Amino acid sequence: MADLAIDPRMELNPPLVQGGMTYSDVTDKISSIVEGKAPKQWWIAMAVAVPLALLLFACLGYLVTTGIGVWGNNSPVGWGWDITNFVWWIGIGHAGTLISAILFLFRQKWRTSINRAAEAMTLFAVACAAIYPLFHTGRPWRAAYWLFPLPNELLHMWQNFRSPLMWDVFAVSTYGTVSALFWYVGLIPDLATLRDRSTTPIRKTIYGLLSLGWRGSATQWRHYELAYLLLAGLSTPLVLSVHSIVSFDFATSLLPGWHTTIFPPYFVAGAVFSGFAMVVTLMTLARWIYGLENLITMKHLENMCKVMLATGMIVGFAYGTEFFIAWYSANQYERFIFLNRAFGPYWWAYWSMIACNVIAPQFFWFKKFRTSIPAMFILSIFINIGMWFERFVIIATSLHRDFLPSSWGYFSPTWVDIGTYLGTFGLFLTLFLLFLRFLPAIAISEVKGVLHQQVSAPHGVPAHGGSH
Amino acid sequence: MLEAVLSKLGLPGYEPEAARQKVFGVIGDFDTPEDLLRAIRTARAAGYTRMEAFSPFPVHGVDEALGARRSPLGRIVIVFALLGLAGAVLLQWWTGAVDYKLIVAGKPLFALEPSVPIMFELAVLLSAFAAVLGMFHLNRIPTYYHPFFNYSRHAGASNDRFLLAIDAQDPKFQAEDAVRFLDSCGSRHTEVVEA
Repeated sequence: MADLAIDPRMELNPPLVQGGMTYSDVTDKISSIVEGKAPKQWWIAMAVAVPLALLLFACLGYLVTTGIGVWGNNSPVGWGWDITNFVWWIGIGHAGTLISAILFLFRQKWRTSINRAAEAMTLFAVACAAIYPLFHTGRPWRAAYWLFPLPNELLHMWQNFRSPLMWDVFAVSTYGTVSALFWYVGLIPDLATLRDRSTTPIRKTIYGLLSLGWRGSATQWRHYELAYLLLAGLSTPLVLSVHSIVSFDFATSLLPGWHTTIFPPYFVAGAVFSGFAMVVTLMTLARWIYGLENLITMKHLENMCKVMLATGMIVGFAYGTEFFIAWYSANQYERFIFLNRAFGPYWWAYWSMIACNVIAPQFFWFKKFRTSIPAMFILSIFINIGMWFERFVIIATSLHRDFLPSSWGYFSPTWVDIGTYLGTFGLFLTLFLLFLRFLPAIAISEVKGVLHQQVSAPHGVPAHGGSH
Repeated sequence: MLEAVLSKLGLPGYEPEAARQKVFGVIGDFDTPEDLLRAIRTARAAGYTRMEAFSPFPVHGVDEALGARRSPLGRIVIVFALLGLAGAVLLQWWTGAVDYKLIVAGKPLFALEPSVPIMFELAVLLSAFAAVLGMFHLNRIPTYYHPFFNYSRHAGASNDRFLLAIDAQDPKFQAEDAVRFLDSCGSRHTEVVEA
């Protein structure tokens, strides 16, 4: 490794696959996670995640059998933790699509080691988010008739398509479906790898069925690559549309604090910000559990820290803009709501948001923090918390003081609110850990493509020890 | 048993099992993408036209070397994108302005502007399905059986090997010649593969 330190190109552009790995090393390393025994850390994480997931089902069961009054939502705060958590979880998912689609279109090769896990995160985050709109109906078995335009004998009516809540249904369900398709298409060649390595008939059958008879022929790759490019091209405007439409839920209303044109870009930036924070949290954990330092390198992590810094600044700028426009509008209700936001009864939530979202990412200006695993882990947790507070602040502060002081109130969550939110973490973590255990967490074929360019590029950085 | 009887009868047009054994082609096994590309170019120069390469990741230059045509997937997808767009207009107009007229805030029953989000989402949804299912169709997957898997080292193509198959349908195909040819190109293991 001595020449690694000397070569000046290494400083500027460290290789994305390190440790002199060959193609079969890549296959072995990534497949071994799925094929070997689960490490102790995995079981510890599962022991935390599964009980929390059970708590979710218990809370939802209690909600369905009792009624949505078990949540803290009440006049004047009719939207409480349910929509806060919905927006938060959807936002988490956005980093997955950004990494898999937008960075793909921009030819950012560093996305390769992290895109698969980030896409999985997107899917599970969307699943967690979908729980809230589904269960806030109180009768989730009938929700399909309320959410989707299904012809039915019972009601003889249709949804109001001019409502942003309907747009939201279409945006989120399209987003979930397209993300699942994109993720599965990416998995097919790697499932074929696992099929070909299978030693037991059960594995061979399952991975064989899932890989659909993939052969890796040049013809297949040709159509596959175009399909992947098209999906990336479709997902890019899609992901921007999803959080824009989520923000329309607020922006098209007439409520001070919500009725602003800044919301779509502000929500999208916030979504990417929180999503990258979640990717960093999960990647540092996965790297630690499975020892993936050669594949998820410091360069990957540092780049993600830079994205958090950039999007955090956009979010901070949006907070400032909101205040400026509230003052500049000369509208007394707008001015009141913003002063109330920062200095009213929810001041603690507002300043937690500022501390976590605006101040915390500033540490990433320094390389020392961008390349320190404990620092980025802790800061990413802060950002996750901060982004949750952002949604809570927007929702609760705009609602809790209505135009008449007689209808002023204060939102307090119930134990079911808290249990459901903690429970979604359990579901999310359980699904993510199962994904790590049974599917290739890193895109094997894509890493090999990057490795090939690394080895064959004449002016690029040679793979160290790539000759063995 | 039946086979033995049928072959003894000597029915016209009936070939015994052994003669009926079809050949898929000859597959050779190469170390690197560069070796594979070189082999394809040599084979094209030698007059082979029907070949297929197998690799663990898409190797750029293989399509050009094989003389492959562009994938038509883009054209399939644009058709479905437009269908999604039109379907969304139809859905919102018919449900809101024809079948169930609901006046909200005195606004028109149908207008294009509030229809845009759902038009966009449905166009994307249908396009994504078209991209994936179209790719499945063009690649003939899912498939349960393919003769490629009769090659003893087929698993290399999903790990670190680069395979080249000369198709039995190639007009120039002669099994022995093809084996010798691939060996001469540097194949590590060449096999005649049954169909």
